[in-house]
Amino acid sequence: MGYGFLIHGDEDHVGVAVRDLTRGETITGSFQRGKKEMTVTLRDDVPLGHKVALQDRQIGEPIVKYNEVIGLATIPIAAGDHVHVHNIRSVRWG
Amino acid sequence: MDEQTTFLGFRRPDGRFGSRNYVAIIPVDDLSNAVVEGVARIVPGVLALPHPYGRLQFGDDLELHFRTLIGTGLNPNIAAVVVVGIEPNWTDRVVKGIQASGKPVVGFSIEGHGDTDTIARASKKAREFLQDASEQNRESCSIRGQVFSIKCGESDTTSGLGSNPALGVAVDWLIDRGATVIFGETSEITGAEHIIARRCANDQVRQKYLALHEGYQQFIKDTGFDLLGSQPTQGNIAGGLSTIEEKAMGNIQKTGTRPVVDALEPAFAPTVTGLNFMDSSSAAAEYITLMGAAGSIFHFFTTGQGNIVGNPVVPVLKTTANPKTATTMSEHIDVDVSPLLSLEMSLDEAGSQLIAMMFRILNGRLTASEVLGHKEFVLTKLYRSA
Repeated sequence: MGYGFLIHGDEDHVGVAVRDLTRGETITGSFQRGKKEMTVTLRDDVPLGHKVALQDRQIGEPIVKYNEVIGLATIPIAAGDHVHVHNIRSVRWG
Repeated sequence: MDEQTTFLGFRRPDGRFGSRNYVAIIPVDDLSNAVVEGVARIVPGVLALPHPYGRLQFGDDLELHFRTLIGTGLNPNIAAVVVVGIEPNWTDRVVKGIQASGKPVVGFSIEGHGDTDTIARASKKAREFLQDASEQNRESCSIRGQVFSIKCGESDTTSGLGSNPALGVAVDWLIDRGATVIFGETSEITGAEHIIARRCANDQVRQKYLALHEGYQQFIKDTGFDLLGSQPTQGNIAGGLSTIEEKAMGNIQKTGTRPVVDALEPAFAPTVTGLNFMDSSSAAAEYITLMGAAGSIFHFFTTGQGNIVGNPVVPVLKTTANPKTATTMSEHIDVDVSPLLSLEMSLDEAGSQLIAMMFRILNGRLTASEVLGHKEFVLTKLYRSA
């Protein structure tokens, strides 16, 4: 089917790469439940298992995965960015 | 999803059903291992459960020791039990605890007799129990009211991505059909404990759960170590996990979505039907031993990098969504759900495959770990002995 990432929850701000993705690629992902799809153009390389932003987030805004808050944005994040320790932090530690 | 809801199990006098039919030889203490192993040499069909503890333990640690041995003997996968201890009092305590199930159980103490005489006496009983058990047939029974357990281990990014959400589908399916499922791993849930707390069925359960969680946090603090500061680990971060919340969320995907109906201290059998939390170590062998003591007749284990654990009493189904592990360690994997990653398999399909294999194993199919002889029986010890 050629999906590049999957999205766990309907409210998620991030998708998870199911293969190594390359900056500049326009990639379609699938929601894990249901038949919905979503397409983003990558602004960074995103390795297998890492997260890609599906929408823009401002500093301090929550990042949702599995329909739950998993952290806060520490710098502005744009759709297509690699989302990881360089731009989000735990709400509870660090 | 597959609508099979019955399996062929072994009926026990207390009305429960087992997926296996062992005659267990249980030592009360480390000193009795030699006799237990001697019995298993003379009567090779029995299941010896040697372990390294049972002397000069005290307080909560001693209570957990007894609860684990008695609970193991009570497990429906065991048809009959021979208990062996160095002295009669503690031996009797374990025998009496197991007698509550109505299954055949007898105890022997070594003091005043020595090893060889005890082996002779215990072997005669073991032989009788084994012949009786061999005549018992499997009969149809419902999964309703049965106890199952779940855990993940050697987790990686494919666990939170595929195998854990797939197991979550299977767990919801079991709960909706009246089964009880136990989850735990207190340390690994840290970061998502507020979500588990939200899922507790009522305030009383929530308070019990949070107290167990707080007790664990305090225990870590008292040791002077900071396990939380090191989460997620460098390996987790390399795999793509950014925060402790994200790691814990990946873990609890396998618990599905149903309410948590009770929170248990280690090795206590559930008394409320549904999804139960148990305060427990996240070390695989210790964990599954506790689950067996709580009455689990079947265990689901999701793995990323390839944990190889098995248990002597509880069959362990292992599954992975990591295509590399599914290939390089296929001898350890009962269900390969790696097509989840290429999105060629849906979560519902993966959940159905786990349930279908569960029924085959409940009916008698040997698991990968049973075939390879994995019999990790590891007692949880809370602190050092006197």
